[in-house]
Amino acid sequence: MWEYTDKVREHFLNPRNVGEVEGADGVAEVGSIACGDALKLSFKLDENKRIKEARFKTFGCASAIASSSALTEMIKGMTVEEAMKVTNQDIAAYLGGLPQEKMHCSVMGKEALEKAIANYLGAPAKEPGAQIICECFGVTDREIERAVRENNLATVEEVTNYTKAGGGCGNCHDAIRQIVERVRAEAKPAMRPKMTTIQKIRMIEEALEREIRPSLKHDGGDIELIDVVGNRVLVAVRGACAVCKASDITLKHFVEAKLRDLVSPDLTIEEVAP
Amino acid sequence: MKTVYLDNNATTQVAPEVLEAMLPYFHDFYGNPSSMHSFGGQVAKKLGEAREQAAALIGALPDEIVFTSCGTESDNAAIRSALATHPERRHIVTSRVEHPAIRSLCANLAGQGCRITELPVDKSGLLDMEQFEKSLTPDTAVVSLMWANNETGVVFPVEKAAELAHERGIPFHTDAVQSTGKIPLDMKKNTIDMLSISGHKLHAPKGIGILYVRRGTRFAPFMIGGHQEKGRRGGTENTPSIIGLGKACELAARNLEAENRRVKRLRDKLETALLGLIPQSRVNGDLVQRLPNTTNISFEYVEGEAILLLMNEYGICASSGSACTSGSLQPSHVLRAMGVPFTMAHGSIRFSLSVYNTEEEIDFVIEKLPVIIERLRGMSPFWTSVAQACATS
Repeated sequence: MWEYTDKVREHFLNPRNVGEVEGADGVAEVGSIACGDALKLSFKLDENKRIKEARFKTFGCASAIASSSALTEMIKGMTVEEAMKVTNQDIAAYLGGLPQEKMHCSVMGKEALEKAIANYLGAPAKEPGAQIICECFGVTDREIERAVRENNLATVEEVTNYTKAGGGCGNCHDAIRQIVERVRAEAKPAMRPKMTTIQKIRMIEEALEREIRPSLKHDGGDIELIDVVGNRVLVAVRGACAVCKASDITLKHFVEAKLRDLVSPDLTIEEVAP
Repeated sequence: MKTVYLDNNATTQVAPEVLEAMLPYFHDFYGNPSSMHSFGGQVAKKLGEAREQAAALIGALPDEIVFTSCGTESDNAAIRSALATHPERRHIVTSRVEHPAIRSLCANLAGQGCRITELPVDKSGLLDMEQFEKSLTPDTAVVSLMWANNETGVVFPVEKAAELAHERGIPFHTDAVQSTGKIPLDMKKNTIDMLSISGHKLHAPKGIGILYVRRGTRFAPFMIGGHQEKGRRGGTENTPSIIGLGKACELAARNLEAENRRVKRLRDKLETALLGLIPQSRVNGDLVQRLPNTTNISFEYVEGEAILLLMNEYGICASSGSACTSGSLQPSHVLRAMGVPFTMAHGSIRFSLSVYNTEEEIDFVIEKLPVIIERLRGMSPFWTSVAQACATS
């Protein structure tokens, strides 16, 4: 069973904005039934050119439905320019994170949004010169390049998790590997996408709640997030942890390791007086 | 919330009688059956009884039963033994719809120089016996075909296939993990050389299995160690689980008739009702050559994981052959081998019943599932266009 966050489950069980907008300004369909997921997105602008209404229809698993629901909630009230800046990472962060193997659901949301905006602007839907790399799932080199760049992907497996490319017959693995190497070589410095502090705090809170607190509480302890300064995570320990001699080891080896794994590898944890 | 467990091809509940039979052998009678003292010896005697119970279920002789740790170990032991005892042969015949225990093993052996023939199946999941015969060569070391398929319940004519293999001097193995206890199985009436059984599919615990090895079959052990199981499987016996499996085999023999009457009736009721209530749904696999407890139904234009998670909200447990649940990005290899179209494969659900399921549980699923499918179809972009096409035509 997949480890979905409560937010994913909630959006799956009570999806917002299902349907199609009548007289939509922008419409797009991505994915296909063969691939196992597909999304039809439509939106309408108000007189101030802000997105008034956004609706979706999705065929797919729980995280595909939740990602679509989240996307429609996120872009409401945005201008087209603002909506263009929404990334797949934003969609995943809004849901408190997605399992690695399900990140492609957030990428599908991003693609639908981009295509719907292109439809509104009257721009060509397909990027010129794009070439299909993965025949099984119809993924182009442009799509792979962008997923690698925006999500700092390093392996074929990660590319598959984010775009599905390479998840079928496996014939394209060498081609994907070459794209990964090329993109990473081109963009060596500052590869990791910048997370806003709000996103970071939200993901840290989520990780604490879901992955860390239950273990600490099991031993009668607890932890509280005090502040996040850059990559420094300031916390205070509570309950049994406050009097435990080993709590600094727990913080370094468990809490910090977990946060690095789940949120960002650059984080360091610091204990502050409560 | 009450759990409605319709996932018995994945695993089963340990029968209360089985648990009761096992319990004394953890704490009170913990002796090693190989010991010289009577404290251990009394356990050895119990193992002998379990061996007889297991043998009785499949019409075997007690010394043809080798206890292993699981079905996967039994499969590994069988194939590797056939290769080891026929070192001059390097060809294996199997099918495209085998369990990963055989498929992955064969893929691994292919990397070590073996040649593998994976026989195709037709759209009902059945084998072409003519093609099977043609695939057998003087170089074939072993044939391994499953008795019944775990996803669709489709039953292969393994007894006939074993005879065809034997005419050419080729050993025959079958993975009978899903069929044991569900359909009659009598080793006196066939010529199958080796057969795998898993305890947890027939109300014994996880972590115990059987490899049946017919008397006179050349055998090389997979697990090398002590003299346990007459040197055919080293390692101190998992005494409580073996005793539990013995009891489970006795119960399975007793329940076989109920399995084929009551369980089959409930399965048929569920299947007929769902197909009647839910448009654009169909059964995957042959309707006749099939286990009495399994039905695999596809609901077009919806995705299996979403169906499972909504069923989960009602406490209903089943499985899906969709890509999202398989951990890979493609739907089940069994449905693909059968040529089930993508629109159907992604929305496939396997219901597998046991003697513990009740009429009320089946009625509950019949009540909830149409609502779940309708809800997901309401969200599906494909369903809208299909519904429109139907309305205008």
